[in-house]
Amino acid sequence: MSDDVTFTIDGQEITAPKGTLIIRAAEQLGIIVPRFCDHPLLDPVGACRQCMVEIEGMPKPMMACTTTVMPDKAVKTHLTSELARKGQEGTLEFLLVNHPLDCPMCDKGGECPLQDQALAHGSNASRFIDQKRRYDKPVAVSSQILLDRERCVLCARCTRFSDQISGDPFIELFERGALEQVAIYEDEPYESYFSGNVIQICPVGALTSTSYRFKSRPFDVVTTPSVCDHCSAGCTLTVQSRRGEIQRQLARTNMAVNEAWNCDKGRFGFGHVTAANRITEPKVRDGDDLVTATWTEVLRRMRAAIGAATEAGPGRVAVLTGSRLADEDAYATSKYARTVLATDDIDHRTRFAPAGEREELAAVVGRDSATYADVERAEVIVVVGLDPEEEVPILHLRLRKAWRNRKARIVVVGPHLGTLADLAWRHVATEPGAEAAGLEALDGRDADGVAAEVAEALREATAPVVLVGERAGAGALTTAASLAETTAGSFAYVPRRAGTRGAIDAGLAAGLLPGGRRLDDADDRAALEEHWGELPAEPGRDLHAILTDAAAGKIDVLHLIGVDPVRDAPSTDLARAALAKVTTVIVQDLARTDTVQGFADIVLPVAARQERAGTATNWEGRRQRFSRAIDGPDLVQEDWEILVQVAAILGKDLGFSDLEALRAEVERVGRRDAAHPFPSFPSVPSDETDGDADDQDDDRLTVVARPLLLDHGTMLTNVPDLMATARPATVVINPTDADRHDIGAGDQVELTGANGTLTLPAQLATDVVPGTVLIPTNSTDEPSGVLADRDGDLRVTLSKVAADAPVEEVA
Amino acid sequence: MDIGLPPAVVTALTFVILGLLVWVLLTRTVLGRGFSVPLRNMLRGNETAQYPEKPRPVAPRFHGRHQLNRYADGLEKCIGCELCAWACPADAIYVQGADNTVEARYSPGERYAEDYQINYNRCILCGLCIEACPTRALTMTHDYEFSADQRSKLVWTKEQLLAEVPPGGEDTPHTDREVRQRGLNYYGGLAVTPPTLHGGRYKPAATAPAAKAGDIVPTGQLPEPDELPPDPATVGGPTRPEPGRDR
Ligand code: SF4
Ligand code: SF4
Ligand code: SF4
Ligand code: SF4
Ligand code: FES
Repeated sequence: MSDDVTFTIDGQEITAPKGTLIIRAAEQLGIIVPRFCDHPLLDPVGACRQCMVEIEGMPKPMMACTTTVMPDKAVKTHLTSELARKGQEGTLEFLLVNHPLDCPMCDKGGECPLQDQALAHGSNASRFIDQKRRYDKPVAVSSQILLDRERCVLCARCTRFSDQISGDPFIELFERGALEQVAIYEDEPYESYFSGNVIQICPVGALTSTSYRFKSRPFDVVTTPSVCDHCSAGCTLTVQSRRGEIQRQLARTNMAVNEAWNCDKGRFGFGHVTAANRITEPKVRDGDDLVTATWTEVLRRMRAAIGAATEAGPGRVAVLTGSRLADEDAYATSKYARTVLATDDIDHRTRFAPAGEREELAAVVGRDSATYADVERAEVIVVVGLDPEEEVPILHLRLRKAWRNRKARIVVVGPHLGTLADLAWRHVATEPGAEAAGLEALDGRDADGVAAEVAEALREATAPVVLVGERAGAGALTTAASLAETTAGSFAYVPRRAGTRGAIDAGLAAGLLPGGRRLDDADDRAALEEHWGELPAEPGRDLHAILTDAAAGKIDVLHLIGVDPVRDAPSTDLARAALAKVTTVIVQDLARTDTVQGFADIVLPVAARQERAGTATNWEGRRQRFSRAIDGPDLVQEDWEILVQVAAILGKDLGFSDLEALRAEVERVGRRDAAHPFPSFPSVPSDETDGDADDQDDDRLTVVARPLLLDHGTMLTNVPDLMATARPATVVINPTDADRHDIGAGDQVELTGANGTLTLPAQLATDVVPGTVLIPTNSTDEPSGVLADRDGDLRVTLSKVAADAPVEEVA
Repeated sequence: MDIGLPPAVVTALTFVILGLLVWVLLTRTVLGRGFSVPLRNMLRGNETAQYPEKPRPVAPRFHGRHQLNRYADGLEKCIGCELCAWACPADAIYVQGADNTVEARYSPGERYAEDYQINYNRCILCGLCIEACPTRALTMTHDYEFSADQRSKLVWTKEQLLAEVPPGGEDTPHTDREVRQRGLNYYGGLAVTPPTLHGGRYKPAATAPAAKAGDIVPTGQLPEPDELPPDPATVGGPTRPEPGRDR
């Protein structure tokens, strides 16, 4: 109580906690003080002088956005104080002195705070009759952002954002006085994954988007709430369309998830919806070509293919899904595989899962996950096998917020620090795949060195958070869960893509059933059979087993839903062999991927996220609905709709034919009452990965393939402005390894793996554990899978490409 | 009958009385008032308008079909701002803005209307759009003869709406070089910033390497600066941060 301050604003009494800014207190009374530079998520700066209010006893007007509340003072805003009103009017007149009359051609026109406030608080006429200041315009701050310096009101929102929120302070205010201007550093490109946010928070049209430039007007678009389809952060977005075409996407404020931000991939990455390689019609293979067919014909062909395979015996049909599916699709796919195809051979993963992961995932689904709020409050955050900025960018912003505001200690467990290098407090270096051992050491029992320090910090911290990514090896989830339990904290599984958490919830993995149930558990089976009827008897095969058996000719039909094994599978060689051998490859996807081009026999066009309604679950397990923003091409259908029809033509009934019924069934099926326990792993030997003695002395290095945010994924096509800001593909090597191979930074390095080679420029970093190199999964012409052998084992020899012909070609 | 009045007077009186009677009949009775209309018109001459051979002039402020005007040199006045479309109560206007480039300039400033359509199935010729137009690009003509026998023909395209190229002018697009050499101040006035000619001064991302501060005016797409006559309106000039300052 003693920390509360009571005072009046415009005669109304209000009590607010000490330290509250007057502008925030006024908002609670519904009094909006005009402002430009103030933003609730940025530190106050008082740059624009627009928010003047009169405070009793103060000789001059004060800035409401930098002054905190004072006991018993009477604050008067422009509504009751002539002094404040005239002050604001004067500021606006000054701001407009050099502001060009660009409104009709400025992209901000119609949603511009300067326009609105000039109308609401400015004077009607200008006394300024001279020539206005002019600059060359527009300046390309990056390939996505254009700067019109004469429109800038020097509010420093953009520079504060890049300094305080995203931590890429490449954009700054230079010069002084009338020539003060926003600019970027001479030698450093403004390459931020979050740069689009500065466009959205700029209170004038000084920062505008290249891709949206002059495309439409804010009053001329249809606005639909949506949820991003790229990563598992689950940002809420606003999709704005005009005449059935998406014009732009904006971050929609949602303080629990993305606050007011999103990343550039989510903001600008919608080109795939209208890309030239979008699949818009059903197709069937005719020799080397895919020819257009009717829906009736493709469904008939599917009946023939699946019918023949089922007759040939069990285990000859398998389903692989990627992670772009909405929750409804995931549920429908799960039921379709188990009841219509009567198989448990299904996997949503595009990696070869370590043993025991199925049980771990079942246990994860049943438990409450850590949330963004937990991350924000935590004092210690352990990040395992995850590079948040590249995989789940908004989580990175939250980690940064905790680090900046609460001095949170971020501990990275894994073979490298990645983009957390600037934030990390300690690095518990482990071999790739041995993250569980690294985590185990953190319980402090017989730890020493870094692990002991971290264990100490974890013991002292209240509510630490453990975040486990997809690259963490066998047993990491189990160890993380027990670490969270012993330290009274929370943990979360943080997959990369938007549909992964929903896929796990729906049971899109062999042996996993919806709601954290397991096929090998009698109670779970019985509970689900009430809704679904008979289930397959035995847990099925995972991605590796499916591809291996397919390559051996043991599978006739592969139904691929939103996955491109040629580029996505850990072993390109195995994927190609499998697809070539399978009699009928059915692909249900958005784009003509390599798999579609090379191997698909039946192609089914599907609706993109913006063309349909649905639900998405983010890494926290939070479910968010999205709505249909535009109509897709005439012949596309939603994934679950297609499965309903396939079931029908095979003489089965999925039990729903509209979204409402589907959602009701998901509700009825629900999740398991009590979560399965985590499996017990044989205590992970910490001194050995899977290397035998003979591996020790050969000269090969282990490769960690990790995705970059902007890569060659199918959902990042047709967005040249965005892709121009992609980080370059490099091979990251520890200097000791580099020395051994005589490689210097920037050299072209040829990596030779079991099945292929890749050539990448070298980058040296000490945080990569020796004996390991990092490469991007899908940022090169050939994916990282070309290096792997058929077990997904990625080990390479390095050789420097002689500095002759090939290098010159590159330059 | 002799009432002791000269016959001429009697005749005159009779006419007066009869006249009064007819007047009362025609103006004070319903029937008479009805008959008076054809009677009056029988006495008028022919008044047939010889349309369409001889159309009559309309009032000076008549709202006829629209026109998109040009400057004297042929540049389009329309900057593709969509304000007319916003103002229209009948949602009859469609505008798509686009970038002027160094090589293809349609209007002063950065923006021009790539597409412009007025749908006369919807337009009610109210004139709110021409009030909204900030550049007087859109005005209304006295032309009202634009009925059609197909609805699609009532959607007028930019080509149809654009005014003729004035004598001495040239059809769009122009190049920046030509426009700058002419040196016209399109908007006039002092406090009004003359439209910049720098539209399109950034490279499309597909070809651009990552932008740097040194690229304030990206090279490659533009002619060399000294080849171009200076833009008379720029006073600030490009200010480049010196490397390493204020970091
Ligand atoms: S560019 Fe926009 S956000 Fe940045 S300082 Fe200027 S007005 Fe503010
Ligand atoms: S952080 Fe993830 S969910 Fe958010 S906009 Fe970016 S890709 Fe989309
Ligand atoms: S005249 Fe009126 S109805 Fe016709 S286009 Fe203009 S604003 Fe619309
Ligand atoms: S006609 Fe006028 S109002 Fe309409 S887009 Fe062109 S400049 Fe803007
Ligand atoms: S909002 Fe207070 S000074 Fe800008």
